[in-house]
Amino acid sequence: MVRFLIQPPCLRRWFSDMDGTLVGANGQTPGRDAISLAAIGVSKCFGELQALDDVSMQVDAGSFHCLLGENGAGKSTLVKCLVGYYRPDQGNFLIDGREYEVRNPRDAQHLGIGMVYQHFTLAPGLTVAENLLLARGDLPFVLDWKREKTGLSEFMAQMPFRLELGAQVADLAAGEKQKLEILKQLYLRRRLLILDEPTSVLTPAEADEVLGMLHGMTRAGQLTVLMITHKFREVTAYGDVVTVLRRGRPAGTGRVNSTSVEQMAEMMVGTHIHVAVERSQGRAPDAEPGPVRLQIEALQAENDRGTPAIRQFALQVRAGEMVGVAGVSGNGQKELIEVLLGQRAAISGNILVDGEPYQATRVQMRQHGVYSLPEEPLKNACVPGMSVAENMALRNFDLPPVSLGWETGWHVRPAQLNRRARELVEMFGVRPADPSLPIASLSGGNVQRAVLARELAQPVRLLIVANPVFGLDFAATETIHRRLAEARNGGAAILLVSEDLDELLELSDRILVMSEGVIVYEVTADSAERAVIGRYMAGHETHDKELVC
Amino acid sequence: MSDASGGIAVGSLLLALLGGAMRVSTPFLFVSLGECITEKSGRINLGLEGTLVFGAMSGYGVAYLTGSPWLGILAAGGSGLLLGVMHGLLCSLPRVNDIAVGIAMMLFGTGLAFFLGKPLIQPVAPTLPSLVLGGWSSNTQIQEALRINVLLPIGIVLAFALRWAFVHTRWGLALRLVGDNAAAARALGYPVIPVRIAATAVGGFLAGIGGAFLSLYYPGSWNEGLSSGQGLMAVALVIFARWDPVRCALAALLFGAAGALGPALQSQGMTSGYYLFNAAPYVLTLILMSMSWSSGRSLAGAPGELSLVNR
Repeated sequence: MVRFLIQPPCLRRWFSDMDGTLVGANGQTPGRDAISLAAIGVSKCFGELQALDDVSMQVDAGSFHCLLGENGAGKSTLVKCLVGYYRPDQGNFLIDGREYEVRNPRDAQHLGIGMVYQHFTLAPGLTVAENLLLARGDLPFVLDWKREKTGLSEFMAQMPFRLELGAQVADLAAGEKQKLEILKQLYLRRRLLILDEPTSVLTPAEADEVLGMLHGMTRAGQLTVLMITHKFREVTAYGDVVTVLRRGRPAGTGRVNSTSVEQMAEMMVGTHIHVAVERSQGRAPDAEPGPVRLQIEALQAENDRGTPAIRQFALQVRAGEMVGVAGVSGNGQKELIEVLLGQRAAISGNILVDGEPYQATRVQMRQHGVYSLPEEPLKNACVPGMSVAENMALRNFDLPPVSLGWETGWHVRPAQLNRRARELVEMFGVRPADPSLPIASLSGGNVQRAVLARELAQPVRLLIVANPVFGLDFAATETIHRRLAEARNGGAAILLVSEDLDELLELSDRILVMSEGVIVYEVTADSAERAVIGRYMAGHETHDKELVC
Repeated sequence: MSDASGGIAVGSLLLALLGGAMRVSTPFLFVSLGECITEKSGRINLGLEGTLVFGAMSGYGVAYLTGSPWLGILAAGGSGLLLGVMHGLLCSLPRVNDIAVGIAMMLFGTGLAFFLGKPLIQPVAPTLPSLVLGGWSSNTQIQEALRINVLLPIGIVLAFALRWAFVHTRWGLALRLVGDNAAAARALGYPVIPVRIAATAVGGFLAGIGGAFLSLYYPGSWNEGLSSGQGLMAVALVIFARWDPVRCALAALLFGAAGALGPALQSQGMTSGYYLFNAAPYVLTLILMSMSWSSGRSLAGAPGELSLVNR
């Protein structure tokens, strides 16, 4: 393979900058210069694990290419090799048909390749304008804010969505942060944009807006998009070509309009599975809703910055019922869950469980059987440094049979503790199946399974769940959804707060939409319509920071 | 006026407080500005108390040997810079906690200053000049109160300059980025560790100058009881000032006034209990800290990488 010493696209870009205006300072489209990308025989090992095994793929210039695969299939590893975070053990990348050595992310940036990560790479304490300027990286020593603001405003004016330049990033909702990440890449005039599950924090309407805009840019030949996703809907709506990875190997590739969702899913998991979003796991039609288990009345709470997050919030959950709370993240869901779990003090209002006031003390949790699967369970429901077995005993380590002694027992019996942990690990398929490992060493899906196992092993009467399958693969999602449905069918009341509308539509009996800290819409699952829910999720008040054009 | 005598007493007490604020606040000001820069980069340097004492000693020594207080200031700053670099390098080692290193550096700085400063207790070094702003008044008390040291206006100008620089210069933005989200800074190619070391070094430089003020102006001599925790209180002050240099300056003046309360009351003829008022700055520290830390909320304006911030 011939290695070229000079990098022609770079030069071309440089020249186009010369006759244009300042580099990146305004969003003038740099002409038709979407770039193509090819991976040839890329392999990468991490110790024993073969993360990528001889992967080749072709991304045409100006195409919208989707990369599908389960967690751990190697999607992230592949794109990280491409943008220079990892060096592949073997293989290489061709950009516009020429081979380049990408040694670090800077090299990738010089080639015009940008990446939007799953986690945000913004500085929350700085403003939108400051974050954009810092990304540009060619700042003069003393900034001319007047001129920069003008340039940024001109850039914003050309974008399909806008953010207030002076707003502090910490005050933006998750969806707005995601938009800022994408704006940042467009501001830098990327010609190939890699997106790692970009819509996980967006409403369906926002996702359509963002992806539609990127799709438009690919059509205009300005941009090539390579998107990692789990959502078939996005692949079919926006993708041109889809490549599926399975266990580090390409499992198939094809044009989206000639590949069915079933085929994609089959390539992903290797067997035929049922993927249609339907209420397969709804309540048995003959079941009667039981008595009210959880009742919230006029609840008010503040967020970390001391501004109201939940206002006059009220809901009821009955035994044998799963109530889904939909909403764009940052509309008070996090605070609601924290209040219910006792992590945050409410300003006013009542929480009643079985008709009795509830303050989320350990005694009350046991008395009423209130258990939970909070989001980010490693942070909110685990002691990361302790073993899986110990974490699985957090609910009952001080009770017989795990411990013996007076009253509540103060002598923990490790043999009992380990025996129970092994049972749960087996039952819920936690991998690796060694309860003595620190729980922080498990993958996200397995932490989720372990916590769910711990909670469901208790006599659950009310289960509070937040984003239970965030970032999980197909198989893990399936197990967790099944377990939740089983718990509900077993008579537990379940409050499910999720940003994933598909999940809510699939599981819930009743769906509430939360916006700006209040319930703005309620509908039974049978008569729920995605578009209507989406409109309420995006309620106009939610977007006061953003000028809709 | 019917209560003329009371009025005079209160008036002169306020004058004494003002004068005291001008006099006593300078070390608070310099240390807090230095700490502000360091904390903006995402690290806390609790060792500034040691830097302050070491700066006082080295500044006094050099001023005595060279006869120039300005060279003393420079030497104090330079030694502070070295201590800052030391803190910065130590904290850059993997799994080293900046607060623990800070406490070690505080003990190291004061200990070394006491050890090297033994021969400096007797000699008399030249002191810094002062600006007489009260010449228009025939009242000696007013003249005395408005006799300020040259470092105070320099520090106040510096505070405004820093506030400007944090927003309007490349370095300022990079510093805040590194302090706010190190991962993002790395992803954008900004050097996190060097920025932090530099910020700690500059912070040490300013704290050293604050120390030189103690030995070269007020009280104006070197002894082991020179500092009474100004370096530590300045850390609290930065938090109270919400990492804003200009608010640091105001808070420094407030702390200065509190520190002057005891002596001012004493000069008013109060003979008993003024020791209690000498504790005013410490009480103020406690009150301000408990006011600024409310439960369940994160601190607005805090650099996200700071180890006292949970985000």
